[in-house]
Amino acid sequence: MMIVAVYGIIRSRNLFVVVMLSGIYSFLMATVMVVLDAVDVAMTEAAVGAGMSTVLMLAVLGLVRSREAPLRHSPILPIIVCCLTGGMLIYGTVSLPPFGHIDNPQNQHVAPYYIENSVRETGSPNVVTAVLASYRGYDTLGETTVIFTGGIGVLVLLSGVMTRRRRFNNQKESDE
Amino acid sequence: MTEILANLNYWVTIVLMISGLYIVAAHGNMIKKLVGLSIFQTSVYLLFLSPGKILGGTAPIISKDFDLYSNPLPHVLILTAIVVGVATIALGMALVVRIHEAYGTIEDDEVHDMERE
Repeated sequence: MMIVAVYGIIRSRNLFVVVMLSGIYSFLMATVMVVLDAVDVAMTEAAVGAGMSTVLMLAVLGLVRSREAPLRHSPILPIIVCCLTGGMLIYGTVSLPPFGHIDNPQNQHVAPYYIENSVRETGSPNVVTAVLASYRGYDTLGETTVIFTGGIGVLVLLSGVMTRRRRFNNQKESDE
Repeated sequence: MTEILANLNYWVTIVLMISGLYIVAAHGNMIKKLVGLSIFQTSVYLLFLSPGKILGGTAPIISKDFDLYSNPLPHVLILTAIVVGVATIALGMALVVRIHEAYGTIEDDEVHDMERE
């Protein structure tokens, strides 16, 4: 599954239908998340990543030119930088704990507490919901603040784009 | 061999991360840069989710039939991250529309050329 996702990403770099391929890629990533037992995250990724982002990007593509100009610089410098970064990251994974063991440090900290006590303390059988809404409720509050700010930013940036465009078109018609 | 497979999830993450980084760094088209950014974000989701998986465990929904669950904490963190990521992409797209209105192009180099003139 992961290899399919990687394949999708490599294709999206070469082909010109970048936006559609990124939607497909998000959907594959959601499938990988189901395999990794993160069903809630997979649902969000399929709805938000594959659905909403694609619609957003298509809407923007309708407003701007949808062809990419050929590269002007040679891509050698970015490739060297990326290879160096990748090499260092892979070197860093050598000492990380192996995949999928319950004894790994990250699975021994608060997670067993959540799994043992969340039904008794919050009454929700879904541990993810319990943690999201109850134990880490302030995180969720911050998240909604971020979305609110983002929405306001989009509105401020885009206010008047349509009116200006219509005025511009009217002017062109009257010039002719 | 098992040692190689034990860290395969991190390597897949790193390959995705590097692809996203390359798209952001090498391409001049702003929409393509944003797609690269979102690919980088998804690789970070994978970086958080894959260590939380426990082999033989199931999704963290408590039931009498199972007694081994995956770690729920990364799932919560990544749910937040996905939504924040969409807010970022939306803001970036709005900026792209404004740049296109002001300069008539969304290529990095052409905007630079116009600034220089």
